[in-house]
Amino acid sequence: MKRSSVIVDGNEAVADVAYRLNEVIAIYPITPSSPMGEWSDQWQQERRPNIWGAIPTVVEMQSEGGAAGALHGALQAGALATTFTASQGLLLMIPNMYKIAGELTPAVIHVAARTVAAHALSIFGDHSDVMAARATGFALLCSSSVQEASDFALIAQAAALESRIPFLHFFDGFRTSHELNQITPLSDDDLRSLIDETQVRKHRHRGLSPDHPVLRGTAQNPDVFFQAREASNPSYRACPTVVHDIMNRFADRLGRSYKLFDYVGAADADRIIVMMGSGVGAVEETIEHLQRRGEKVGLLKVRLFLPFAVDAFLDAIPKNVSGIAVLDRTKEPGSIGEPLYLDVVAAFHETRTMTEHWPRIIGGRYGLSSKEFTPAMAKSVLDELKSPAPQNHFTVGIRDDVTHTSLVYDPEFSTEDPTTVRAVFYGLGSDGTVGANKNSIKIIGKRANTYAQGYFVYDSKKAGSITVSHLRFGPRPIRSSYLISKASFVACHQFQFLERMDVLKAADLGATFLLNAPFSSAEVWNHLPKPVQEEILRKKLDLYVIDAYKAAREAGLGNRINTIMQTCFFAISGVLPREEAIVAIKDAIRDTYGKRGEAVVAKNFAAVDQALGHLQHVSVPERASSSLPILPPVSHQAPEFVRNVLGAMIAGQGDSLPVSAMPIDGTFLTGTGKWEKRNIAQEIPVWDEDLCIQCGKCVMVCPHAVIRAKVYDSARLADAPSTFKSAKPRWRELESLRYTLQVSPEDCTGCQLCVEVCPVKSKSEAKHKAINMTPQEPLRKPESSNWDFFVALPDFDRQRLAHTHVKDVQLLEPLFEFSGACAGCGETPYIKLLTQLFGDRLLIANATGCSSIYGGNLPTTPYTTNQQGRGPAWSNSLFEDNAEFGLGMRLAADKQAEYARILLTRQASLFGDALVQALLAADQSSEAGIAAQRERVGELKQKLASLDSPDARDLLALAESLVRKSVWLVGGDGWAYDIGAGGLDHVLGTGTNVNVLVLDTEVYSNTGGQASKATPRAAVAKYATGGKRTVKKDLALEAISYGSVYVARVAMGGNDTQTVRAFIEAEAYDGPSLIIAYSHCIAHGYDMTFGMEQQKAAVLSGYWPLMRYDPALRLQGKNPFQLDSRAPSIPFQKYAYQEARYSTLARSDPEVARELLALAQGDIDRQWKVYSNHAETTETPSHAHPEPVASAQETSQEGETK
Amino acid sequence: MTNITTTYLGLPLRSPLVASASPLSDSIENIRRFEDSGVGAVVLPSLFEEQLELESYAVHADLSRGAESTPESLNYFPNLHNYNLGPDAYLELIHKAKQSVSIPVIGSLNGVSVGGWTRYAKLIEQAGAAALELNIYDIVTDTHDKGSRVEENYCELVRHIKRSIGIPVAVKISPFFTAMANVAKQLDGAGADGLVLFNRFYQPDIDIDALEIVPSLTLSQSPELRLRLHWVAILYGNVAANMAVTGGVHTGHDILKAMMAGAHVAMMTSAFFQNGIRHANVALHEMTRWMEEHEYESVGQMRGSMSRRSVPNPSAFDRANYLRVLSSYTQSPWRSASGIAKTE
Repeated sequence: MKRSSVIVDGNEAVADVAYRLNEVIAIYPITPSSPMGEWSDQWQQERRPNIWGAIPTVVEMQSEGGAAGALHGALQAGALATTFTASQGLLLMIPNMYKIAGELTPAVIHVAARTVAAHALSIFGDHSDVMAARATGFALLCSSSVQEASDFALIAQAAALESRIPFLHFFDGFRTSHELNQITPLSDDDLRSLIDETQVRKHRHRGLSPDHPVLRGTAQNPDVFFQAREASNPSYRACPTVVHDIMNRFADRLGRSYKLFDYVGAADADRIIVMMGSGVGAVEETIEHLQRRGEKVGLLKVRLFLPFAVDAFLDAIPKNVSGIAVLDRTKEPGSIGEPLYLDVVAAFHETRTMTEHWPRIIGGRYGLSSKEFTPAMAKSVLDELKSPAPQNHFTVGIRDDVTHTSLVYDPEFSTEDPTTVRAVFYGLGSDGTVGANKNSIKIIGKRANTYAQGYFVYDSKKAGSITVSHLRFGPRPIRSSYLISKASFVACHQFQFLERMDVLKAADLGATFLLNAPFSSAEVWNHLPKPVQEEILRKKLDLYVIDAYKAAREAGLGNRINTIMQTCFFAISGVLPREEAIVAIKDAIRDTYGKRGEAVVAKNFAAVDQALGHLQHVSVPERASSSLPILPPVSHQAPEFVRNVLGAMIAGQGDSLPVSAMPIDGTFLTGTGKWEKRNIAQEIPVWDEDLCIQCGKCVMVCPHAVIRAKVYDSARLADAPSTFKSAKPRWRELESLRYTLQVSPEDCTGCQLCVEVCPVKSKSEAKHKAINMTPQEPLRKPESSNWDFFVALPDFDRQRLAHTHVKDVQLLEPLFEFSGACAGCGETPYIKLLTQLFGDRLLIANATGCSSIYGGNLPTTPYTTNQQGRGPAWSNSLFEDNAEFGLGMRLAADKQAEYARILLTRQASLFGDALVQALLAADQSSEAGIAAQRERVGELKQKLASLDSPDARDLLALAESLVRKSVWLVGGDGWAYDIGAGGLDHVLGTGTNVNVLVLDTEVYSNTGGQASKATPRAAVAKYATGGKRTVKKDLALEAISYGSVYVARVAMGGNDTQTVRAFIEAEAYDGPSLIIAYSHCIAHGYDMTFGMEQQKAAVLSGYWPLMRYDPALRLQGKNPFQLDSRAPSIPFQKYAYQEARYSTLARSDPEVARELLALAQGDIDRQWKVYSNHAETTETPSHAHPEPVASAQETSQEGETK
Repeated sequence: MTNITTTYLGLPLRSPLVASASPLSDSIENIRRFEDSGVGAVVLPSLFEEQLELESYAVHADLSRGAESTPESLNYFPNLHNYNLGPDAYLELIHKAKQSVSIPVIGSLNGVSVGGWTRYAKLIEQAGAAALELNIYDIVTDTHDKGSRVEENYCELVRHIKRSIGIPVAVKISPFFTAMANVAKQLDGAGADGLVLFNRFYQPDIDIDALEIVPSLTLSQSPELRLRLHWVAILYGNVAANMAVTGGVHTGHDILKAMMAGAHVAMMTSAFFQNGIRHANVALHEMTRWMEEHEYESVGQMRGSMSRRSVPNPSAFDRANYLRVLSSYTQSPWRSASGIAKTE
């Protein structure tokens, strides 16, 4: 029977099998395994059955720990159950994994193996997570390609059922989980043929049941625990044989043969590599290449790592081997070697006597965090084995100039199959390049006898991110598990990339180069930077140019150039006959966009038809004539570390940085965001100084801190650039000074939130506001000069500003700037505000999530310092522990302050009573009080500098702790409502003075919009595909129940003054504070330009009531519960149906949507009653009600200095 | 027994009251209620080609935003089985309505392209509509566009659609033509089986505080009926197409006026919004009682009885009427508007 093939990625391949083989699937999002849960949720929603005809139950849990618990329970009760995870998620499962294995419970956990965070978090792939789980008793089975991931998902399940040993089936995160490749999928019958129904029944029968009750989960004492622990040995001993037999049965049916250890290469090899995971693809190519050159080399692929079958391992090794290099994709600091190496050594040690000939065995590390692993590196490992004294415990793929572990390799060495077409595409996330390339792979891979592979690399920014697509097509199966370095086709979809990065580095000699440029074939050459011209000439590239943006506009596609560029690729790459390609592209467009309506399909069809009319071949001149350089990644004025290290990362050259360039403990400078000028906005806001009322709203909402205001002495203007604008300040008593609203043109993302929030309209032309979007390019240079001048102006005296007034807040310097968050992000304005108010004494504990990525993902950080060098100190621990992490910071700060006070008291006579008393009794509740304390600390430090005693030295080290610190625990709803809820609740319950800022986007934004307990009823989200059925948790009321926690619900777009006031009150409150901040998000599904409008609608509908609960008011005899928004004035629907998260359900499933909408409206009505009751009646008589905070509109004109 | 049956577009109707295109006829439950309340036919809400397109683009934009930009989130929304973005839901409504009620169900279509108009017209016919109403809702804002070209386009559209489908076609137009009578005649000549007079437009308002344009649609008032009566009366006998009055029909008396002016049916919407669907019963009862009291045998008997060609002094429909109203108004400045009406 001929089997059809499909193009899928590793996650889909695994989920497709796991879903059909299970009854209960517990899921939780974590990169890169989240899509396995997404597929399962979607299939459940589509009522897809498993092989027994039932629809699996897919349940999202609050954490991976929860998922493992649910898995354990389901298994104990006799269900077939699974889960998917990675990295820290797997670590959270470990306690349950011990139990599941200890109870000999058959199950499979599928892991997209990912780096465990150490000195830094990494979302990319290596084996550190699965290696951390190797003591649990789970069998570890590793697949190394997309096809194997599918096959091993089945083999693992079958083996688990037969051996009763639970399996951890793993494959490399991203490299396999996200690689698109052609596979032959497994049918239901294939699955049924491998799964032994008797074993399934036995498993069910072992399940707990009151009909045949047993006791499991006992506690055992020293008398028997040990013996009982050894009782399962026979199962482990039998397990490899079980796997071996199942692999044979699999081969009989499917024709794909696997062994516990698969050897490839010379039968008489003298040197071999032992390894597992996707890297075997690169090594296998290398082995074949070297064998053709006559070298006797081989590769042993480890399939079943644990239980380690020593005999099978040794049997698989050729007898003549004299050198073995074991490659581990993990690092275990302090160990003799990494786990696979140690096991290999132990295998030899256990079976060969010391007198026998032993091969030389060395071990090394490669590929941590998806570091490239290429045939060149594999060759260097094999070459090392030839050396008389090969290096052990080596590294390969990096340059270790500190401990000199790294092997040298020749980057020019290549094993690329000459029959393979290799294409590399540079695009922007927003231009659709990756999506089109995924379609191209499917188009080509559908053809008979054609194989296709796609792998996609993204940078760490959410707005304006650069994508690089690596596509291979050819007549032979493609197993090259590394990026393309010799491309026969290179496409640059963004002309501006040419001046910033070396896009032709990967181009092979004679390659075709397709360039999207706003120039004709006659003009384009003169606009290329000189190095680009030279590379085109040197590599004899065949150059084509198209103005794809013009073509897209003509086709009505806006900035989506994907269809046009894809058509051009097919037209000039020759991968398919042109006419056939056009038909196939259109079929793919219909497949991809058909559900989105005929109009979208028609426009893309039109783009296909028009694309080739715009494509031009360029006659390349004989010599380079340009004087344009490639720009440095950062300014020459940047600090050395930023220039040499971060700059290399920005330029995409981070792989070339040696070990010595890196800090040894993961500590980095702040204040680096300002050096990464990304120039991603096509339009930027321009200030109309005559119209502006200086309300400060634009400054407040700007998510990227690129629009700022200062008031300064007019004399400063003498040195101002000619186009620098200023106006008379609209503050009483400041009329003699000047006011400027300035935009940083190269940092702006063009989100337009500022323009939308601007309340002023021209009396003669309503569309003209006090700030207006204008094309960036002509403004870049003059406005950059203006920005530089502006930044150098002194900041206005903080003590003279009313920090509760939005108008005054605009003059407070933000210490969070130019983050890589999405354009128009709803979270970052809150963080920026936090740094404006308290930044110079701020400690931030940041839960993993969007805010930790745009806050702390290299190369640069948005956190920065003020002119005195002070600024937020920031750290991220984990996702689940952020509240506890922040509590620890608070305790440390308090303990240090306490010890400083002891030291101060102890040495009081040295400093004078007045100073000591002032330091100890300082009132630091105001900006002035803190400034005064800083002065006193400065005076103290001066005095201490000349003293030399242990106490004096200690006090000098701790003197700064006498200035009050502000500790903030920042994170998203996934943390606060779900995975970190227990910790957060506990920390709030301790009564400690920490402040919690929950950036509530109502989904797991960072991992792509999975539902959390903050997701509202009636909204669609991943893991809630059919619409969330249950109501959002009221975190505010939970916290209020303590009575001692300051709680606020804020929405900046609903009432910015209330937001500012809540921040100040929370910080001032001497106890735990919780601010839940409505944060609009790209995952809500609308143009975020209107984010603040939507926030307002959320408040007006009553969905998001604004409130503050201030326990301090109770002491004043007032009601601590203050409702700051008015009764709902618009229906929930009017707010909700502006967002795709609600409206797509109304389209997809109108009846369910209607039902959920009605329930959601009921939730709001009920919530309003509860809140208004609290405001009216709780805890205090009605006459003591404080006044609600006036709305933003009511206060927009205010603003007086104190 | 008074006979209130009529015909419209060649379809026999049990009464001359028709539910005009509005969101009220967007569900099978309401269409059943209309039937129960005695209306002769139901016009479904308009299928707006442009709206389908815009919704398609909007969903596409919403689902594409941020996609394939970062490795952790390749997209932000689950893949739903269907977004109902084509005309399928509308066609399903026609299909179900036809199965659910015995009165004729008339489809309504607003298009923007000749291709779109024809494609959707065919689909509406295939779905089982008894007739099609073309809702020509076109605001010509291009200062270069001439009236003659616009009128010719409309006629060409009607010819095109008539060639494409077999069910009767009515054309709903606005009153804003320089030569309304001629336009009606042209459309009649192009093959329109019916003329629906007149469309009411969404008229943007200005919020003077927010300096924003606010879209608004107010419900019709009875006085708006007069414009319709005026033109039906003028056209009666001059066009072969059946005429429908829509806009300002609120009472049984209004239906009678429409018939007397020359219409085959009177269409009602605002009164249903104000009083509920059962208001059809009330209006029809009022009409029937009046006919009984005045011993009319049938609706057909009165059709066109007060048309321009049937009244003794047709100048009431001409410019003279304008002068007369004005002079009576100036002579009696204290009179209310209704007083003026009574004196006519």
